[in-house]
Amino acid sequence: MPGKYIPSDYLPILIFLMVATAVGLGVLIAGSIFRLKRPYPEKLMPYESGNLPVGEPRYRFSVRFYIIAMLFVVFDVEAVFLYPWAVVFGSIGFYAFVEMMVFIVILVVGYVYAWKKEAFNWD
Amino acid sequence: MSIFETIIQPDTFDVLIKIGIILLKIVIVVAAAMLHVMYATYFERKSIGHMQVRLGPMEVGPHGVLQPIADGVKLFFKEDIIPADADKPVFYIAPVISLVAALSSLSVIPFFKGFVIANINIGLLFILAMSSLGAYGIIISGWASNSKYSFLGGLRSSAQVISYEIAMGLSLVGVMMMAGSLNISDIVNAQAAYPLRVYAIPQMLGFFVFMVAGIAETNRAPFDLPEAESELVAGYFVEYSGIRFAMFYLSEYIGMIVISLIAVVCFLGGWSGPFDIPYVPFAWLLLKVYFFIFFYYWIRATLPRYRYDQLMSLGWKLLIPLALLNIVITGIAKLML
Repeated sequence: MPGKYIPSDYLPILIFLMVATAVGLGVLIAGSIFRLKRPYPEKLMPYESGNLPVGEPRYRFSVRFYIIAMLFVVFDVEAVFLYPWAVVFGSIGFYAFVEMMVFIVILVVGYVYAWKKEAFNWD
Repeated sequence: MSIFETIIQPDTFDVLIKIGIILLKIVIVVAAAMLHVMYATYFERKSIGHMQVRLGPMEVGPHGVLQPIADGVKLFFKEDIIPADADKPVFYIAPVISLVAALSSLSVIPFFKGFVIANINIGLLFILAMSSLGAYGIIISGWASNSKYSFLGGLRSSAQVISYEIAMGLSLVGVMMMAGSLNISDIVNAQAAYPLRVYAIPQMLGFFVFMVAGIAETNRAPFDLPEAESELVAGYFVEYSGIRFAMFYLSEYIGMIVISLIAVVCFLGGWSGPFDIPYVPFAWLLLKVYFFIFFYYWIRATLPRYRYDQLMSLGWKLLIPLALLNIVITGIAKLML
């Protein structure tokens, strides 16, 4: 029946997520009833080794982090493509293997390029 | 027809019983996980203490066995300090995200034959997806605290977690190829049918990459840079105190237990062992998990911390090529045999 698929296998996961969230929030709420609350301005300052905070805390940071994030997207998608292939690999055999080797080689070319451009060096 | 209609429609009573059983299972698993985390902290302090020729906790109860309970009570009643400039709603929710993401992986792991909360056909993918969600807790808390230390710690930690996640995801592909399934119970059963009984031997390379990436993924020593006590004080959760801090701590330890569980079910044969232990079907699984948890502490007491550039080049220049090589080797071996 198209359009009538009900993922009932996933119902336990939904319940699990609800229970986990309830545990997390429940502990927080229960704690807020019992614990002390005596704030004063010095206590609410961000920690900076005992000195007064200087400047903006969210300042500019290294561009390397962006490069890592972009590379992550590329390789994570590759990994996700590999999963269905790995599951059916046994039943398709040689043809699937060659196809995937072509795919991996294309990615390795990009990987070698990123390596030569020193995208993985952190200096 | 909505999902609720289907739940209510056929025999509401039957469905209620089903949901009750699911709830019972969840409560058992979550309670067992919490208990294990409590005593994992005690075990860590004791074993590392003895490795450093100290005694570890000794005061609360005989040999300090009540220490985790004392710690829990203390953290529960401790004042909850929220920095004045913090992004309040985001700051509030970050530890809950971390905890839920860490716990939810437990819902697809089979603890013994036939005992699994959700027997879904993409179990392994679900675990990897949930461990990705854990990164949100880190990024959000680092950003929302409005403190330099937590900002830097959050950045470092998220870059580390996403880098090692690729290696971890790729290292499991070999296991999927050998088992031909993403369902974790199927993977365990395929190992029992396999002549060598465990995938750790044919998948040696994948196992190695998985363990290194798993330790980095949970931010444990020697890859504990995000919370490097000596330079970043505590990384992304500097500004968290009391029960919120405890929740981050809890999710880190649950993460450790989950990585150990995946290593056991994917590489070491899950609940099966050389002989059956009567009445305790999960005995082998627990023994193997305890070994891995001890292994974590052992490594922590042995190896010094990595430098950040070393950490990044290890992940990108060594583990990813090794994991890809493992996939190629497994493919060739599978075609030959």
